[in-house]
Amino acid sequence: MRTSRWIALLYVGPAVLVMAAACMYPVFSAFQLAGYDWSMGTPWSSARWVGWANVVSAFGNPRVWSSLWTTLLFASACVSIEMVLGIALALALERPVRGMFFFRTLFILPMMIAPIAVGLVWRYLFDAQFGLINALLGLVNFPAQIWLADPTLAFVAIVIADVWQWTPFVFIMVIAALANVDGSVIEACRIDGANWWQMIFRVKLPMIMHVIAITLMMRLVDAFRVLEVIYVLTFGGPGDSTEILALHIYKTAFIGQQLGVAAAISVLLLVVVALLSWGALHLSNPMQDDTR
Amino acid sequence: MKRPVWLVASHYTMLIALAFLCAAPILVIFTTSLRLQVDIFAEPLNLLFVPSFENYRAVLQEDRLDRYLLNSLFVGLISTGVTLVLGCMAAYGLARFRFPGRQAVAYTTLLLRTVPLAVLAIPVFLIWNEWRLVNSLWGLILLYVAVNLPFTIWLLYGFVLQVPIELEEAAAIDGCGPVRVFTKVLLPLMAPGLAAASIFTFRIAWNEFILALVLTDRHTRTLPVAASLFITDMGVDWGRVMAMASLIAIPPLIFTFVAARQIITGLTAGAVKG
Repeated sequence: MRTSRWIALLYVGPAVLVMAAACMYPVFSAFQLAGYDWSMGTPWSSARWVGWANVVSAFGNPRVWSSLWTTLLFASACVSIEMVLGIALALALERPVRGMFFFRTLFILPMMIAPIAVGLVWRYLFDAQFGLINALLGLVNFPAQIWLADPTLAFVAIVIADVWQWTPFVFIMVIAALANVDGSVIEACRIDGANWWQMIFRVKLPMIMHVIAITLMMRLVDAFRVLEVIYVLTFGGPGDSTEILALHIYKTAFIGQQLGVAAAISVLLLVVVALLSWGALHLSNPMQDDTR
Repeated sequence: MKRPVWLVASHYTMLIALAFLCAAPILVIFTTSLRLQVDIFAEPLNLLFVPSFENYRAVLQEDRLDRYLLNSLFVGLISTGVTLVLGCMAAYGLARFRFPGRQAVAYTTLLLRTVPLAVLAIPVFLIWNEWRLVNSLWGLILLYVAVNLPFTIWLLYGFVLQVPIELEEAAAIDGCGPVRVFTKVLLPLMAPGLAAASIFTFRIAWNEFILALVLTDRHTRTLPVAASLFITDMGVDWGRVMAMASLIAIPPLIFTFVAARQIITGLTAGAVKG
């Protein structure tokens, strides 16, 4: 019974069909679309095949390169801060205490609410006139900053919002990994006289390296997918100082109405993310286990 | 080994500080939504104000948010239901059967999970136009099902593997058909996984913005799209915006408090065996 291919098809088929039609087909279309000159509102039949022209124009556009650079800077800044902070906090607070469950519940709140709501509240907090952050800075006699109108400060603002939202994720992953470490190993090291420093860098961290690597890859992939928070918080501004690639694609397609060029840029983003995902799969593929 | 009191105290102090940092912006959403515009402008830090539901009344009645609220609920619930049924079946098929192309399906599923939605937006806009799915809630539902299936399959796959195959075989010997084995034996044992999967799917479908922005019009908008349109260069009515943000935030917050355990299971699944 278990070997029947037809029954397997019945189970897997519908999901594969939906994913193929509404996810894979669009992704392949993006590649095709990258070769056409098509503006919004016109019928698809009026689109003109232009070959590599879109790709050439996308790669020749300095704004594409600057937004790729912004994306890389944003992703590396967010992910490194989140990893260091999340791991450090998890190591400091790994010991199970009464009420930890309640705290963990509060920690997952930031990643559960809508990115749009996150963007809105941070925009309010960073508001130059009515924002709480300037008001709090005022309490310690620090001059008010025009957060979202200054290129550097605006970049800092989007990093802060992302760090707020995703550091708890790293924390929760690492806490869960530490809880799974065999207690007898820790005990053995303590008896052998390992000090605090050796305990963390020679024993605990190496033992959870696998989880740390997966968490890092998941965060990196997601950092390249961020769009909504920045859309609301700065919309890429001021100038193009916070215009990450995903936002640049959106603007090119739906404001500049150059769908072909936008598709060419999205192929670029897709390649970057695919490379990262390939790395992530290499580290851990939960479905490759073929022992059964 | 008992820890000294000061260590325990500092442990709790840190936890409370972190919890406050996580919760504070969310509290700001709710408190600001209960304040009137004059009040917000007068003194941002003033915590003593008379709460008012005026902003909620305004967004629900004047800005027709009630309609978008229903749209969001409809899209969220239907796409969660469909994703769960299809995802459950696919996870079972992948975990229990060996068939040609199984590896390919497994790998592609995992890769699809990482596709940026901004990349999907452009081709989907074109294809949905051709299929006449633009400005229809069903078009959005189809997309959300497709986008959510990879993670759901991935998560549920692990839960299927945890159910001993002997249980299914025993039920089959006792005369259960394949369908009853699936519904009566497997599904009840996978309940925690199903709970986690449904929360994560609903969260995406309820919170998603960019695809909904591209694919909806005045009638089929969802809440996040409606909220984003409140930000204009002309200045922002923060009270109303926060009333909207809190309407968007409430369902996920309820889920979090009801099912935090399942959410943490879902977050750590695959990376941490537990």
